[in-house]
Amino acid sequence: MAQITLKSLAHSYSPNPSGPEDYAIREMEHVWHQGGAYALLGPSGCGKSTLLNIISGLLTPSDGQVLFDDRVMNELPPEERNIAQVFQFPVVYDTMTVYENLAFPLRNVGTPAAKIRERVAEVADVLDLTSLLKRKARNLTADEKQKVSMGRGLVRDDVSAILFDEPLTVIDPQLKWKLRRKLKEIHERFNITMIYVTHDQLEASTFADKIAVMYEGQVVQFGTPRELFETPAHTFVGYFIGSPGMNLMEVARTETGVRTGAVDLTLPPALRDAIHRSRSRNVKLGIRPEFVEVLTEPGEASYPVEIDNVQDLGTYRIVSFTFAGIPFRARLGEDRPLPARYAYVRFPEAWLNLYIDEFRVEVGQ
Amino acid sequence: MTSSVPTTPESVRQQAAEAAALRRKRARNVTTRWRRRTLLGLYLVFVILPIYWLLNLSFQTNSEILGSFSFWPQNFTVANYARIFTDANWYMGYVNSLAYVLMNMLISISVALPAAYAFSRFRFIGDKHLFFWLLTNLMAPPAVFLLPYFQLYYSVGLFDTHIAVALAHCLFNIPLAIWILEGFMSSVPKEVDETAYIDGYSFPRFFVTIFLPMIRSGIGVTLFFLFMFSWVELLLSRTLTATNAQPIASIMTRTSTASGIDWGTLAAAGVLTIIPGIVVVYFVRNHIAKGFALGRT
Amino acid sequence: MNKVYNNRAWFLILPMLLLVAFSAIIPLMTVVNYSVQDVFDANTRFFTGTEWFEVMLNDPALQAALLRQFAFSFTILAIEVPLGIGIALLMPKRGWQASAVLILITLPLLIPWNVVGSIWQLFTRGDIGLMGVGIRELGYAYNITRNPADAWATIILMDVWHWTPLIALLCYSGLRSIPDAYYQAARIDRASKWAVFRYIQLPKLTNVLVIGVLLRFMHSFMIYAEPFVLTGGGPGSSTTFLSQSLTTMAIGQQDLGPSAAFSLIYFLIILLVCWVFYTAIMNSQKDNTTQGGA
Repeated sequence: MAQITLKSLAHSYSPNPSGPEDYAIREMEHVWHQGGAYALLGPSGCGKSTLLNIISGLLTPSDGQVLFDDRVMNELPPEERNIAQVFQFPVVYDTMTVYENLAFPLRNVGTPAAKIRERVAEVADVLDLTSLLKRKARNLTADEKQKVSMGRGLVRDDVSAILFDEPLTVIDPQLKWKLRRKLKEIHERFNITMIYVTHDQLEASTFADKIAVMYEGQVVQFGTPRELFETPAHTFVGYFIGSPGMNLMEVARTETGVRTGAVDLTLPPALRDAIHRSRSRNVKLGIRPEFVEVLTEPGEASYPVEIDNVQDLGTYRIVSFTFAGIPFRARLGEDRPLPARYAYVRFPEAWLNLYIDEFRVEVGQ
Repeated sequence: MTSSVPTTPESVRQQAAEAAALRRKRARNVTTRWRRRTLLGLYLVFVILPIYWLLNLSFQTNSEILGSFSFWPQNFTVANYARIFTDANWYMGYVNSLAYVLMNMLISISVALPAAYAFSRFRFIGDKHLFFWLLTNLMAPPAVFLLPYFQLYYSVGLFDTHIAVALAHCLFNIPLAIWILEGFMSSVPKEVDETAYIDGYSFPRFFVTIFLPMIRSGIGVTLFFLFMFSWVELLLSRTLTATNAQPIASIMTRTSTASGIDWGTLAAAGVLTIIPGIVVVYFVRNHIAKGFALGRT
Repeated sequence: MNKVYNNRAWFLILPMLLLVAFSAIIPLMTVVNYSVQDVFDANTRFFTGTEWFEVMLNDPALQAALLRQFAFSFTILAIEVPLGIGIALLMPKRGWQASAVLILITLPLLIPWNVVGSIWQLFTRGDIGLMGVGIRELGYAYNITRNPADAWATIILMDVWHWTPLIALLCYSGLRSIPDAYYQAARIDRASKWAVFRYIQLPKLTNVLVIGVLLRFMHSFMIYAEPFVLTGGGPGSSTTFLSQSLTTMAIGQQDLGPSAAFSLIYFLIILLVCWVFYTAIMNSQKDNTTQGGA
């Protein structure tokens, strides 16, 4: 049981990194608290698997430290870290039975046989593997194999954390849901820190209490699924989380206000001042499609637009339109009135996020 | 690497202990690595030493070979090689060997490819028995077929021709090629074939433009094995030839004459038989690592 | 893989079949034909039934050669298989060293078999050979033309030199097909090196080892050129193996009937041993049947 701290951690695969682009993990600080269920979410190649392998000790970071509680783990090999890891493709020992597979990590450290029997029985029960214990592991289906590899992590009562590296990739969709539930159940029962790497936001948000979103080797936001949705800390989070992703518009300062493309925006004073105060030329405003109001009549601070396309997705509709030369989308409940071709859109100020140099800036009201 | 500054006596002790453990572990890793290298190195020496000795003797005159024992040529000479390259009887041996080996490779691979495809993709009357029968040919000792081959090729007028040896080597090379290729072909999913047919490919076009490139390394490894077993074989090639198609291997027996054995020429001829092998390995070196498992892991 | 039932596949087989039939069936028929006849000349021959087979099976010289043959084959298997696995485990996995080691190790496989004999003759001779002179310098009267034990040891050493690379390359190739995740999982499960070998590497090697052992058994059982050149079968007949006995009988003495009978017995023994070995392996894996291996 431990708290995992990453202290000014960075990693590069090249021996002489010359710039930030040579780093798979850019310098970061991070704390995973004991007993949490975390997800590490990001597109492929963002460094999430690298980070996982650094925590488990399969990789040694080029800079910084990994601490379990207060102990520096950098130089300890995985076998001395008390970490379990479940890989993308199920790893089972083909020639062993399911029972032997589950007993393997315990036998390797010379656990007494009675204790092994007890632990294996308990874990097999949790994972619904009891009826398979005598079968050879090579004959199992992919999801059974994946359960066995999870089981090998769970039988050990000394593990500080279990790391999952996209464990459901090879599992059939209907079984994915069951296994995810199982994981959640296990987490509640054993109170183990779990870190779950995935590129699927749905998987991340159903599994985890807190999600770390990674982008280009950095954790750009660490928060609850709700925080990621409502106040994305980085334009990438806005784009990556939600379906469809956040609408983003680049804005420029004018003498008296703010404009995007050829459209002058009507903004609350605090927001306008914040934009004017910043020196950066990279200023963006973002709003989730869910919060864009689509009106049939012009209203206060509304803009006329032409609707390009409407997609009916059952309980809601996605309305696509072009605003100031940028494609925008709005998500409308099916009960809301929908204008035929010309409409007015409003961006409620509570849901407008300001991004300077891609990072979100809090605007005092 | 940044390191946290120890603040309490316990943490100082702990860090010191961890650093010591680390040093021990590194030392252990270094020892393991060196032990591995030494063992492998010893084996490589064992592999190279007899070949080195052959090379060493090939650059010495017979009087030096018999007169003094030395680890390298004292009077370096290429006379042994010169003798081989100036005597048509000698160098034609290499030409003959290469001729029948290449013919055999060509024949074997071109009939084995379609047959292996049939075995990997279709069921048909007698398929299992046929495959088993093919494999039994792999187990047939060449010595068994010596006499019948001699009579057969003599009666059809092929005795002492390259094609006779090439055909005789088909006995074990075709089954071997089919067996290796079948393994590689079975690891290509059948959906590939089906997609190609749906896209309107005819069988021959699909086979040549899509399927064969997919099992490239398999074909490379197969050719390697075909070369190997045809090039190294002595018994059949010696029996089926007299003068016109005599392989280098059997010409080498001429080095023993009434006046003793011509060691220098024997060594030089031996060195020259190794060279084609080196060329072949060099070409397939990148496929060996993967392909040697013959698609059956 | 589900195969399609289609008899037109025979057309794909046909060219191969004609060729192999020409080089296998016709000669084999000739052998069978001779084995049941006593041939004096082109016009005079008698049907003898199983007489030649009985003669051959009761021939003490051939029985001795058969025993020697088995002793030889099992000895070299016992040495080459573990050694080959060991070498494969030691071989570097990437970089130029991997290519270099690979090429060096493959070399002995591509040397004509009689040249292998010559190389070892040159290497082990007491007057000009590095090993021969070396051992004598150490004070042992090494002599492969006089001492049967020396001849045996040298032939076995030569075969180990010649063929261990085959096993090593097969295993190396098998090891390369193991995904990294297996090794990583084993580290996390705190498996010892031995456990990694026993439960990850060895199971993956089973298929290639079956191939390797079968190939090695077959070829060692047919060995001819190497001992013929190195020792000529001697001293006495201490290193005369089956192929050499057969060749002497068939070509040297022109005993057509007996040598044909001997040929068939020889062939059947190889078939039988391979079949027994293969079935034994397959049966031992039966309780965990998967998609067929070798």
